Formats: sequence, C-alpha cells, structure tokens
Amino acid sequence: MPSYVITEKCDGCKGQEKTACMYICPNDLMKLDRDRMKAWNQEPDQCWECYNCVKICPQQSIEIRGYQDFNPLGGNVIPLRGTDSIMWTIKFRNGVLKRFKFPIRSTAEGSVDPYAGKPEADLSKIKQPGHFTQQGAGVEMPTIK
Amino acid sequence: MEKETCTFSYCEKPEVIEHETDLLIIGGGMSACGAAFEATRWAKGQNIRITMVDKAATDRSGAVAMGLSAINTYMGQNDPADYVRYVRNDLMGIIREDLVYDLGRHVDDSVHHFEEWGLPIWKKGDEGFSLDGFQARDAGKPMLKDGGTPVNSGRWQIMINGESYKVIVAEAAKKALEINRQETGVEENHFERVFIVKLFKDANVDNRVAAAAGFSVRENKIYFFKAKAMLLGAGGAVNVFRPRSSKEGQGRAWYPVWNSGSGYALGMQVGAELTLMENRFVPARFKDGYGPVGAWFLFFKAKATNSLGEDYCANEEALAEAKAKYGSYVDKLGTAIRNHLMMRDMKLGKGPILMRTDQAMDAISKEMIEKLGEKEGKKKIKHLEAEAWEDFLDMCIGQAGLWACDNVEPDKVPSEIMPTEPYILGSHAGCAGFWVSGPDDLGAPVEWHWGYNRMSTVTGLFMMGDICGASGHKFSSGSHAEGRIAGKAGIAFILDNKDYSPAIKESMDDISAELYLPYEMYEKYKNFTTDPKMNPHYIKPDLLQTRLQKIADEYFGGCSTWYMTSKTMLETGLKKLEVLKEDAAKLAAADLHELMRCWENYHRVLSLEAHARHIHFREESRYPGYYYRGDFDKIDDENWKCFTNSVYNAEDLTWEMKKVPYVQLVD
Repeated sequence: MPSYVITEKCDGCKGQEKTACMYICPNDLMKLDRDRMKAWNQEPDQCWECYNCVKICPQQSIEIRGYQDFNPLGGNVIPLRGTDSIMWTIKFRNGVLKRFKFPIRSTAEGSVDPYAGKPEADLSKIKQPGHFTQQGAGVEMPTIK
Repeated sequence: MEKETCTFSYCEKPEVIEHETDLLIIGGGMSACGAAFEATRWAKGQNIRITMVDKAATDRSGAVAMGLSAINTYMGQNDPADYVRYVRNDLMGIIREDLVYDLGRHVDDSVHHFEEWGLPIWKKGDEGFSLDGFQARDAGKPMLKDGGTPVNSGRWQIMINGESYKVIVAEAAKKALEINRQETGVEENHFERVFIVKLFKDANVDNRVAAAAGFSVRENKIYFFKAKAMLLGAGGAVNVFRPRSSKEGQGRAWYPVWNSGSGYALGMQVGAELTLMENRFVPARFKDGYGPVGAWFLFFKAKATNSLGEDYCANEEALAEAKAKYGSYVDKLGTAIRNHLMMRDMKLGKGPILMRTDQAMDAISKEMIEKLGEKEGKKKIKHLEAEAWEDFLDMCIGQAGLWACDNVEPDKVPSEIMPTEPYILGSHAGCAGFWVSGPDDLGAPVEWHWGYNRMSTVTGLFMMGDICGASGHKFSSGSHAEGRIAGKAGIAFILDNKDYSPAIKESMDDISAELYLPYEMYEKYKNFTTDPKMNPHYIKPDLLQTRLQKIADEYFGGCSTWYMTSKTMLETGLKKLEVLKEDAAKLAAADLHELMRCWENYHRVLSLEAHARHIHFREESRYPGYYYRGDFDKIDDENWKCFTNSVYNAEDLTWEMKKVPYVQLVD
C-alpha cells in the first residue's frame, strides 16, 4: 500500500491546516477527510513505501502493508525515529522478530549553520574551478594530465 | 478531433502569483540543495535573489527522500582520472570526460559538508572492521575531512547511516535560502508543493529562457516566476515503461516513483539540446522489492549464480558469443554486460537467478570466528547482520518488508535477483540528459564550452543532476556537487547580465488557461455520464500513463520483449505515441492532485519520445543488457562511437538529430 492509517489512532493532527503526513509525503498521497478528521492515502498504487509518513506521524497511526501483488500477508516493519537514532522492529510472517537501532544524525535538528567558519567567496575567482570552500582553503584543483 | 480550450467557463479561475527573482532553482533534490548552498555564498553582497521551487517538501523530496545506505561517489585518495576511466567503462565508452572529471574534483567537498552537518559516516576500526557513525565518533575516529578512513564498499562507494541524509542536506539548503531572503529583503524564496510544468523563452532576446510557470498542488493558485537564470534539477523519468509489478506494486519502482521526466520535458519544451537520450538503466535488483544489491556484491562479497549454481559471468560460451557482437566491451564486465549475461541464462530457463547471501554470510562468519574467537566473532556477526538489514532499512524499506513476509533470513536462504523495467536518468548508472557547456581548463574541444559551466544550449538555462547528460555515476553526492557547480556558474552568468529584464510574449491568461485545461475538461464533461471515471470525452492521467507504458514496453524494448526493439517496432510505437500526445490535450483532472498527475504524465510522454527517437537514430546496440536493436545487434564503434544529440521543436513537433564526435581526454 502502501501506507494505511489506523482509524482509532489518527486525530487528523487536531484540525491544523494540514496533517504531518500531508506535509511530508513526497508524492502528495496523504489527504485529510475533514468530516471525520482522519487522514488517508488517496493513491496507494503510487506509494513508494518510503515510510516518511510513518516516521513523522505524531500518533504513530500510520503503518505499511506490503504491496499485495507480490507480498504475502503477515510481515511488517515498524520504525520509531528519535532525534539521533532510529529503532526498527521487523516481524516475519512466521513470527520471527528482529530489532535494530541505527544512528541517523550526529547534530541536533535545526543546528546546521551552513557558513559558520567558511571562507567568503572570492568573486575574482568565480570563473575558476572549485567550490567557494575549496578555493578558500587553497585546494589546488587538478586537471587532466 | 476537436481541440478543447480552457475559458474558465466550468472550472474556477485560479489566483495568479507573479514572482520576480534572479536565480530560479527548479527542484528540491540533491542538486537543487547543492545549488542553494553554493549560490547563496556567491550572491552575498550582490543583491542577487535566489528562489527554490519544489513540488514536494524539501526535507524529503527527490531521489534521496527515503534515505541511502551509501554515498556512491567519493574520491578519497583516488585520482579523478581513474573515476573517468570507471565511468567510461560502465557507460560503454561514450561520456563527456570533461564533465565527469570536473565532478570528480569537486565531489568530496560536498561529502565533507554532509558529515559536518550531521550525517553519520562509517569508519574503519583499528582491527579493520567497520564502525558505524556513532561508534566511530565515540572511538575518537577523525572526520573524513581530517583524514578519517571511510568504509569503502567499492572503490568509489562509502557506507553511511543515511536514514536522514536528505533531511540534513535540506536543512543546510533551507538555511542558505533564508540567509539570501534576509539579504535581499524578499518576502518568500522557498516554495514547496508548487509544481513547475512549463518554461518560457524571452520575447525579445533570442534563445534565452525567461520564465517558468506552475501551480500549487494544494491551493487554487498559479505561480509564474521570472528569472535571469534558471537551474533545472527536476529529476529523471520513472514508470515510463510498463513495470514488472502490477496494481499496487507499481509504486515500488526502483527509482522514485515521483520522478516524472519533468526535468527532461521542461528543457525540451524550450529547445535545449539533448544527448545520449537512448541511454537507459535497467538495474538488476532483488526481485519485486527492488532492494539494493551493491552492498551484497561489493561489501559482503556475495556471488550471483543461476539456479544450477553456475556463475553466469564466467560461462565461456556466453562470453564468446557476446564478444562476437559487442567486442572488447565484454571483457571488463560492466553493468550492462553483466545484465546481458544474466538474461541469457534466464532465457535458457536456468533461472531464477540467485544472490547467494547465505554463502556470503557463512564465509564471513567463519572468517570472523577464526580471527576473533567464538565470543567476539559472534558479536561481530550480529553487527554484520544489522549492517545487512540497514542496507535495506536506510533506502528500500519495502524490501525488508518483503523478506519479512517471505520469511527470508539472508544468512539461511539465497534471494532472487532480476533485471527491472527500464529507467531514463543521468545521475545513477545512466547518462541520458542535456548537452551542456563544460569547464574550459580540461583540454576539451572548444565546442564543448560556451562560457558557463553546465549551461545548456538555451542561454541562462543550467542543467544538473539526473538531466545533465553524458556524465552518469554522479549519484547523490555528485548531484549535490554538480548543483554547486551550476549554482556558482549561474551567479557568474547573472553578474555578467545584470541589466537583463525577462519578458515573455504569452499572456498570463493564456498560460493559466493552458495549465488548467485538464481541470476545465473534467468540469465540462463530468456529468455527461453517471460515473465520471468512465467518460468518452476525456482521458484520466492514470490511464494515459498506462497507455504510455504499454507502448514503451511493447515497441521500445521493455520487459515483455526482453528489451528488444528495432526500426520497424520503434516506428510503429512512435506513431502510437504521437496519437497519445494528441490525446494528452484531453487529459482531465478532478482535483489539484490529478492536475499534477496530468502534467507529470505529459512530461513522461515527452521524455519517452526523446528516448525512442534516439534509439531509432543510433543504429547499433550500444547498451546490450539495457536494450537491443534486433536489426543492428552489435556495437559498431566505426560508425557510432559518438554522441547522439537532438533538439525538439515544441512549435511544430519536429526533431533534429545529429552525431557529435566523441573525444577521449583521459587515456
């Protein structure tokens, strides 16, 4: 699917203009039914299973059920994404469980300061090879010998 | 058939937002983020306005939206000339070596920035085993820029913990845009959920791009951007060929399903010259789930065999047969040739083809226990199992789900691999895209640079990432670096053209009417039948896509003909495609989401047409394993070791095709 939304858990992001899943879906699949205040996947056959809606949902109300044209029923993969790591629980059809935890980022979200400690760009060199950072650090750009 | 027009008699007229900027970045993926970061610094103090338009949310847009488990282009201690040799070999001898070398000398700086911004990168531990990004940090291992040693899975590939790769890269780009916004005092310069569908040329200056039009996929608004220069990074073309999966599973494309050929179509509409559009990529991946095989091959040293246990790449008879047709290109066993050999065994009924994950894990386990003893060895094996699963969980979670549903434990059983449907792209292992100006210091022919790096043959229009042609194997890091190269060149172009003021001849009303035609069509005819889905007056976007995929598959060398096509098949298919293009004027959209799908699929039609016309022009089989010309089933270096370039004329729907000499720059 594709992602599906568990009716009981979804609160429609409490009536905000758009839900978290609508905000993040790269393929514009998630919609909010304003009458029921529930989100849903409007086009399951265009879902890449990228899990971005699953990871972002504040209620953990979204999961994935494998594409049924080739996935047997019964397995699932559930992430829990924290600030620096992600936990995965994989449940096999036969009940085998696997759990993994991986790093996701080594800096606090929002802390990137893109030009801190970086050189200024030197406009006299704009037509020479090298990013501003390479030029500023005096990196010699190689050429084909 | 009668031509339909939109007069807003049926659908609601949208609000038109006009936005004037200097540098317009179209797309929000890796190249676009690189462009924003680099261009903002060069624009500092120059009062140059930079604007990014993304059809999704930049945190998770583009091909890296899900994440990645590796960065596939990192030079490290390697010479960029060796990178050129590797790319040239994998792309069957024809690449723009100036562009590839240029990328190689710029790319590591982007990777170093990713790590600085927070991307965890694996490092080699003291005993030679791998440490994940956090273990490496805790063990005091230096960052790459300070001489840290990455864990290479191949010569050019390094392993990362890349779940949040795009979020991190987007954060730097968004911050950069915000800095430019404050410097220039504009109200808004980062537009999400706005889909650009058409570019416009200047009314007064010949062959110059001037404006871009698109619409919000959330509100009834049309956006019109005027700019002095544009950077196009709107991605390659996915799901143009009928996929192997059906129904739900067609979302599980190997490359992102939202890459709708917009990058190609936007440039083609203004007549930018294309190159090597016949190139495609048919990856061999785990069957159905399309999980990555690179780490299994390169990192875990797994072997792929046919079901009889034979290595299909070492079959003397098959190799001799391939050499007779494709010559010395067979010797180096590039990706296309390995596909070719795999498919030969499949056609002989020796399938399924199996990735022997079980044997690979077994061999590694034995080695670990031998080296480290029972207890430590088992601990390492556990770490290794996690690494194998992370490869999927970082970048192809659906494959992990499929293994769970199929009860596949990779250390116990092998898994099927299979060549997928074809994809048209230029940043992964393909090189279909636009012909651009290159750097002027690498000894390339003078015709290969016309002043600004990565500028297309349309003045002011720069190409980057998937649609910058003849220079594949950039991957995520290379796309970011290429965006930076284009971003800097775009600023140089603007500084040289400060007095230019964009003007177009089309009226805003005409543009609005064109963009919203599918909406008008739907509203006009929807009540003619009892079910608006079934209606003789229009075609819905999903069915236009289905027809497109069927034509591509059956006539242009898709899965159903084992990637085989020919002059006669192409010409028959192109006739059907021309009719489909006419029918695209009858697309109907029930809402803004469908309006996006209508335009996306129109972009797919144009991308596919370019692909088919190029295959038709090149009378040889340059990429066996990706496609075959049955009427010219050989590599013909004497006549075809050249670039094939084309220009599409959107006014009269004609094509100009030509050969451009290939020049080798690196020995």
